[in-house]
Amino acid sequence: MSQRKRSRGLGPSQGGDGDEDFNLSPTPSHSQVQRNLERRSQDQINQKVSELVQFLLVKDQKKIPIKRPDILKKVIGDYRDVYSEIVNRAGRTLQQVFGLQLVEIDTKHHIYILTSDLPRAEGENLHRDNQTAKLGLLIVILSFIFMKGNSAKDGAVWEFLRRLRVQPGERHEVFGDVKKLVTEEFVRQKYLEITPIPLTDPPEFKYQWGLRAAKETSKKDVLRFVAQIQKKDPTFWTSQYNEAEA
Amino acid sequence: TAMAAPMTDAHRRFLQVLMSHGIMEGSEARKLHRRCCEIHKVYYAHDKLDDFVSTINSHLQPLFMQIRKGLSEGDGRAHYALVNLAETEITKMASDYTENELELFRKTMDLIISSEDGFASSTDILNLADQLKTKKMKKKEAEQVLKVFVEDKWLSERNGEYTLHTRCIIEMEQYILSNYQDMARKCYICHSLAIQSQVCDSCGIRMHLPCVRKCFRAQTDPRCPHCNDCWSCDIP
Repeated sequence: MSQRKRSRGLGPSQGGDGDEDFNLSPTPSHSQVQRNLERRSQDQINQKVSELVQFLLVKDQKKIPIKRPDILKKVIGDYRDVYSEIVNRAGRTLQQVFGLQLVEIDTKHHIYILTSDLPRAEGENLHRDNQTAKLGLLIVILSFIFMKGNSAKDGAVWEFLRRLRVQPGERHEVFGDVKKLVTEEFVRQKYLEITPIPLTDPPEFKYQWGLRAAKETSKKDVLRFVAQIQKKDPTFWTSQYNEAEA
Repeated sequence: TAMAAPMTDAHRRFLQVLMSHGIMEGSEARKLHRRCCEIHKVYYAHDKLDDFVSTINSHLQPLFMQIRKGLSEGDGRAHYALVNLAETEITKMASDYTENELELFRKTMDLIISSEDGFASSTDILNLADQLKTKKMKKKEAEQVLKVFVEDKWLSERNGEYTLHTRCIIEMEQYILSNYQDMARKCYICHSLAIQSQVCDSCGIRMHLPCVRKCFRAQTDPRCPHCNDCWSCDIP
């Protein structure tokens, strides 16, 4: 079976690391999984596959990255011995029916997201109306970070937002608690990564693109966005342009 | 099945967009159908949306999911929603909410279904919050949870009162009819589940507001289609 075609392995890890929450016995080999499969009926396995597909779809609608211990606890249960088969089938189903790819964005902690196989269409609103505004804010922040060379200090980011009349202290009429949205929600959804800068007092933070941002948009798109706003050609910013085209 | 037409990227794009919206009004869905066919250069015919949807449904069937069409209780317009066919519990919601949030939703649904007009007041719902068996909720927290239910299109809010969103009704109609047997009422005209409805004072039959409108269109003396007594409610 050629299920290793896709980027990262979807099956159990080679070691027990990162699974403190759920002690896995030694990873079953491929032939063991096949033998374990024979103990279950087709219907039972199909049922688990469809439960996993639904679980992944629901979690992903909220842009919550999916952790393996959750999958094991909430969906797989007693079928742990055929986990790899269920996950592989769910992945194939997601591709064939939904055009979605199950991607492991964190191979150490086994965290997954779904990304679309389909090319993003011009002006397509893939998100519900109340999410669009949030994504607009996110794109603005991602652009700022990219234009600053892929990393920006928190002070610079918030000063930039302040100029756009988005303040961390005030309750924004569209975004609500902006500080929470940016530093908690966007981080949890893996759109932004915020890390403390060592040896700073008062403590400063570094803002970078999160793992999901890298998968769902591209530097090219972001540069094009900035160029549109500033009514210039993307080539105006030579180093960012070269980086985006690389 | 051997006869199922294959999924194309046009179908997949339609499904992805519908899924992110949860529910789509008919004209929106028709526009989306056209766009998807244009983007992926797939054969398009403007009156073939239902066939297009059937193709998707044949592939969703093994997953116990379906794109279902239902009428809004407000404007009577057709809407398309992606639903979970598994009869057990409120399964789709189960992956999305905590135990006590689900309990709050169930109790809210109880209030709505047992009400006269299909609405439960915010006050009544918030009073349930600290009686939850799973884990009590403060009123402020419950207010936030209600907001999320509205955002996620399980509930609709109007003037501080809550009813079931069209999406919820399309998804849970079977569940409601089987679990609330005596309390859940059907519309006399279209025989579908009726959450918001008008009632005949004399014989108690219920009708959806759009169904009332259709039934009494251009009638100067509206009378109950069942018992023939005067219809006491305002025609919407």
